[in-house]
Amino acid sequence: MWNWLKTLYHRLGSPKWFYQITGKWLPWFAVSSVLFLAVGLVMGLAYAPMDYQQGNSFRIMYVHVPAAFLAQSVYMMMAAAGVVMLVWKIKMADVVAQALAPIGAVMTFISLVTGAIWGMPTWGTWWMWDARLTSMLILFFLYLGVIALREALSPQEVAAKACALLAIVGVINIPIIKYSVDWWYTLHQPASIKLTEKPSMPASMYLPLLFMVLGFYALLGWSVLLRARSEVLRREAKSGWVRELLKDK
Amino acid sequence: MYFDSLSEFFNMGGHGLYVWSCYAISLVLMAASILLPWLKLKSTRKQLARQFAREATNSERDIKI
Repeated sequence: MWNWLKTLYHRLGSPKWFYQITGKWLPWFAVSSVLFLAVGLVMGLAYAPMDYQQGNSFRIMYVHVPAAFLAQSVYMMMAAAGVVMLVWKIKMADVVAQALAPIGAVMTFISLVTGAIWGMPTWGTWWMWDARLTSMLILFFLYLGVIALREALSPQEVAAKACALLAIVGVINIPIIKYSVDWWYTLHQPASIKLTEKPSMPASMYLPLLFMVLGFYALLGWSVLLRARSEVLRREAKSGWVRELLKDK
Repeated sequence: MYFDSLSEFFNMGGHGLYVWSCYAISLVLMAASILLPWLKLKSTRKQLARQFAREATNSERDIKI
């Protein structure tokens, strides 16, 4: 076990290994993302029964919930990568953190916009300054802050540390998002599905959601690997393996 | 299929505009999240390859001189 961890540590720190292994993973992420999203879309849009309170507008859930879910989970991954970078000085962790920020911002944006559009037929308003919506907006600004910080600072090592710190401090917002619906009076409904409990909706309603979440996760992996790969090449442009790799192209 | 007809499917019981715009926005942004990094990766590879090729010919010329 210990030896296995040690090899993992050395390999994960190696840009060359990262580039090679992610090249093999990429098609799997691509195929599973397209498949899960296609199945989830068709099931969610055409086959799931209508919600008796919200009518067909509840189908927005199948993009809104996975996007909001990923928005938070990408943020925690980014902060975790920041910890790994700061504590163990693994540079690859910073590459991953950098690649996570844009897709996290996109997911937060999707959840905000689809939430606003969903709010119109359901609550009669696009926007309310209530706890859930406001804390999600703060999450969006945190992502933009991390992205802007990296652009603004140089050298790269300084930017990496600053981004990691901001990401880690911003984690305080995640439990606020999660419990905002319980702590404060808000328009937003509490979670309908919990990992520990049986879902409160029929399988024909939650299965499409499950497929969409899997598809979103695979798309996340796909997007992050693509970004991380070009960043690795850019950062390692001076090393022999990149030269070797691109020599005959 | 849950809907009786295709027009009902597009109409979504009057909520069509809300539902379809949400799906359209999400799909466009998700496609861009793949397409843009993919184009970036391609251009990075091409740019580095060109740079390496240039450096190789330059060093060859230096040796001749």
